Amino acid sequence: MCLGIPGQLVEIVDADAKLAKVSVSGVKRLVNIACILDEAQSPESCIGDWVLIHVGFAISRIDEAEALKTLELLTEMGRVQEEWQGLGLVSGRPA
Amino acid sequence: MKYLDEFRDSDKAQALLREIARLVPGIETCRQRPLQIMEVCGGHTHSIFRYGIDRLLPKNVELVHGPGCPVCVLPMGRVDDCVALAERPEVIFTTFGDAIRVPGSSKNLLQAKAEGADVRIVYSPLDALAIARRNPDREVVFFAIGFETTMPSTALTVLEAEQTGVRNFSLFCNHITIVPTIKAILDSPEVRIDGFIGPGHVSAIIGNAPYELVSKRYGRPLVVSGFEPLDILQSLWMLLLQMTEGRCAVENQYGRVVREGGNKPALDAIGRVFELRDFFEWRGLGSIDHSGIRIADAYASYDAERRFAVPDVKIADPKSCQCGEVLKGAIKPWECKVFGTACTPETPLGALMVSSEGSCAACFNYAGIRPGAPPRQVQSPLSNR
Ligand code: SF4
Repeated sequence: MCLGIPGQLVEIVDADAKLAKVSVSGVKRLVNIACILDEAQSPESCIGDWVLIHVGFAISRIDEAEALKTLELLTEMGRVQEEWQGLGLVSGRPA
Repeated sequence: MKYLDEFRDSDKAQALLREIARLVPGIETCRQRPLQIMEVCGGHTHSIFRYGIDRLLPKNVELVHGPGCPVCVLPMGRVDDCVALAERPEVIFTTFGDAIRVPGSSKNLLQAKAEGADVRIVYSPLDALAIARRNPDREVVFFAIGFETTMPSTALTVLEAEQTGVRNFSLFCNHITIVPTIKAILDSPEVRIDGFIGPGHVSAIIGNAPYELVSKRYGRPLVVSGFEPLDILQSLWMLLLQMTEGRCAVENQYGRVVREGGNKPALDAIGRVFELRDFFEWRGLGSIDHSGIRIADAYASYDAERRFAVPDVKIADPKSCQCGEVLKGAIKPWECKVFGTACTPETPLGALMVSSEGSCAACFNYAGIRPGAPPRQVQSPLSNR
């Protein structure tokens, strides 16, 4: 029920109705973008943004820098573990 | 696919599992009994079973599948009300697909449809509004269901109906709100949850602040989490890290989607259209104060409950169902007396067997668990190849 899918905003269809086209793995869908706009922002300035879509509405922008930060932390975790293993230090094993 | 595949990487999952296994022995509780972590959201339950995450964790870390599937907690009486609305000749009843098979006391929406009621599945409430525009001589009712994730979509649809002068559209409002729900779980005496995996997309709307009471008043850590396997494993690791370090806080693992203050335009729309009910009945859990949402007076003409005489049926859950105990984590799904026998995905007695996010259906379908038989060892897609 609460799941969402990521997609990239490709075209504003109707600025007044806040309708845009979002590409989800190559398929274009009509999506309402009212929730990701604020007073300071023109709908056009959102083109190219990645958004999270839930039941036909974009409910959040996806922050690329934050996504990379998460993935880097996990890569680093794996690297440190390899080093430990290389040094013969025991690290936990998955159950 | 971008923002999905990267978060399903099995090497990174293994690294997280090693870190989790390293932390567990240092946690006091784990020496006495298994640690119980509840994922509140049904989306997480679905991912956990789909990726077999529960089977990869150390034995003394248990995942408890919470009440966060809005379809699963809808009481039978509300389904009967839906059927009664759908059977009115002037009504086109629109619903998300996952609600159509939830059992009522005599039939579900699918059976009502087979008997001639005009029930239509839609992907978005905006589709329901479009049906109303195309059918000005009919009354289109949308079955509004879901936590805060879904509320902005229905609120914005009502606002659009108002702005564009659509009058033959209304909501049968069954929205529920997350924080009173978590509070009700923490207040119930048979429950011993040590920490929470917080709902990611609800939090995209409400932000992190509303959970402060979980950490401050109840002393349980909560980590707001994304839905991919790495998200869930990282959130678990963050919870265990807090426990190891003797901390207890609300943290956000899902920074790519969840902002501290939530989503303002969405909250504004919710605030305009909806208000809290004093109490709301849940399947299996009984009545929870301030957990339900209804339409505010200013939008009364979009409220199906006020527009039509909804019978407001109250029906006790069937005696053999133990959905409430499963929802609170007091028993495992397969410990329910009727699991896999009288209650299966084809013939569900309880709603937890209906939705793919219900923990009983997930145990049955993904984990291959059958009554009386030991859980089948289904290989997790995250295991080392
Ligand atoms: S097996 Fe059926 S009745 Fe028992 S808890 Fe699960 S859904 Fe409810």
